[in-house]
Amino acid sequence: MPDQNEDIRIGVFICHCGSNIAGYLDMEALEEFAKKLPHVTFVQRNLYTCSEGGINEIKKGIQEQDLNRVVVASCTPRTHEPLFRSSCGEVGLNPYLFEMVNIRDQCSWVHMKDTEQGTAKAKDLIRMGVAKAALLEPQEPIISEVTTRALVIGGGIAGMTAALAIARRGYEVVLVEREASLGGMLNALNQVGPTMMEASDLVQEKVKAISEHSRITVFTQAQVTEVQGFIGKYHADIETESGVKKIDVGVVIVATGGRALVPEGLYGYDGKRVVNQLELESLLKGGLRPDVQNVVMIQCVGSRNKERPYCSRICCQTAVKNAMLVREQNPEARVCILYRDMQMYGVENEEMFRDSKKKGVRYINYTPEEPPRVEDGKVQVYHALLGRHMDLPADLVVLSTPLVSHEDAETTSQLLRVPIDENGFFLEGHVKLKPLDFATDGVFLCGSARFPSNIREAVAQGLGAASRASIPLSKGSVEVEPIISVLADEDACRGCGLCVALCPYGALEIQQTEKGRKVHVIDVACKGCGVCAATCYQHALSINSFTDQQIGAQVDAFLAG
Amino acid sequence: MSKDVLVIGGGIAGMQASLDLADMGIKVYLVEKLPSIGGKMAQLDKTFPTNDCAI
Repeated sequence: MPDQNEDIRIGVFICHCGSNIAGYLDMEALEEFAKKLPHVTFVQRNLYTCSEGGINEIKKGIQEQDLNRVVVASCTPRTHEPLFRSSCGEVGLNPYLFEMVNIRDQCSWVHMKDTEQGTAKAKDLIRMGVAKAALLEPQEPIISEVTTRALVIGGGIAGMTAALAIARRGYEVVLVEREASLGGMLNALNQVGPTMMEASDLVQEKVKAISEHSRITVFTQAQVTEVQGFIGKYHADIETESGVKKIDVGVVIVATGGRALVPEGLYGYDGKRVVNQLELESLLKGGLRPDVQNVVMIQCVGSRNKERPYCSRICCQTAVKNAMLVREQNPEARVCILYRDMQMYGVENEEMFRDSKKKGVRYINYTPEEPPRVEDGKVQVYHALLGRHMDLPADLVVLSTPLVSHEDAETTSQLLRVPIDENGFFLEGHVKLKPLDFATDGVFLCGSARFPSNIREAVAQGLGAASRASIPLSKGSVEVEPIISVLADEDACRGCGLCVALCPYGALEIQQTEKGRKVHVIDVACKGCGVCAATCYQHALSINSFTDQQIGAQVDAFLAG
Repeated sequence: MSKDVLVIGGGIAGMQASLDLADMGIKVYLVEKLPSIGGKMAQLDKTFPTNDCAI
């Protein structure tokens, strides 16, 4: 509880967010309302509270108005709370004496057409925020040491690139690959676009660099079976052919890749005369039979449909590239690509697309309502411009199937407690703010584990993830948010362990103390989710900045409205 | 070898690179030709798909 004698002086800053909030809510009414709330000594409206000017106003308020609690009513804490907190800290107010109220997402955006009700709701939320702010207590960040070693899961191009980049920065890396050799999907590829480099050259170059690097330990035919801990101090079990290895690492990079969909039951797929692009790669590697003179490729096989609504993005590039390689090996061959839309982003890919047309690759559009039909030795397709069906002779039919998530994605996601999306791809922490980080601190991702990516993207993401992972490694310590669970009432705890069993982060343990069995919070591992405090029937556990009193005060303030 | 880094361009890419480098303990000089950093992002309102305010 805050010092009862402390004179609580709350400043409320109400953000217009340009017209995002001010266009839909009655801002003057909010200002007048906030002025009358208990402990509020200063209220100001800002065009953009997050702008330099807005931030300076908060700082000025703290310094000149002697504010000791700050409430900002604006957008989402997900993007802006850290900024406002640190601004308070810069002028000497403990950053945790700050409270944020979201009147944009929860009021102006969702009640755009009802200014009166939207404003009333904003008043409720501000009243609740102020009530909580009055009870806020200062918190100090938690500092924890970092083991300067990285675990990279997956030895494809993304994982190999990430491992090398981290090792070259001077840190140890453990690289774990499920197959017998490094290389991932590249091992199955022939030549890769747009430079038509031999995939095997690329793999060999990386594998050589990795094997020569003293700081990289590679485990092949291995898998990670257990991960415990938190940023800076992860403990992993790796199952290898020679038994289980236990390693300590500070960060983890997920580079488990994807796999090409095998189109069983689609377009007469048989793996011989009707193959997918990956199988064509190995045919091209071995040299196409000279009697393959008519090749028809069908795009979007098994993707952009109900079951798999996403566009795998890289199959168009693959098809165009392979069409040209077919023509290179059998120069008289007729290659026709049946497509829905061509996805050829990037200057080099567009160039390759144009080039392929010049070199005689034919393109025919089809719609999902009238898909092509594969028959013996031919493909029938409806040509919209000619307004009739056409029969295309086909010695080889190639189906462009999407990359799908790996079978073990779900297991990995559970091991690391990181999310996957409805298609089984890993979900980054934030599409723009944290594209290569997971929401879980110290875990990063790259390559096709995240979404189908071509080699260039996998390499770029591998480098990016390595760079992000190097931040805690180079700092040697991490600062963790102190909004965590604390054993507020040790006497009340009976050591029942219910909270330990429910904690999703392994952040609680039972310890034998002088007073008997008591729960102990591993503070750096705790994410402050609140499951334990909500579960504890003894009310022994409490969450910093979300105490029962604070939430109770918010509820009371809501009901008072 | 000097360990300081010069980043040319204060748009979203340059800013992120500068931040990550600085977080690694490296001194960064960020150079922007306009009066304020932010680049094209600073001119946008909301950005797809999260509708976050671009500023």
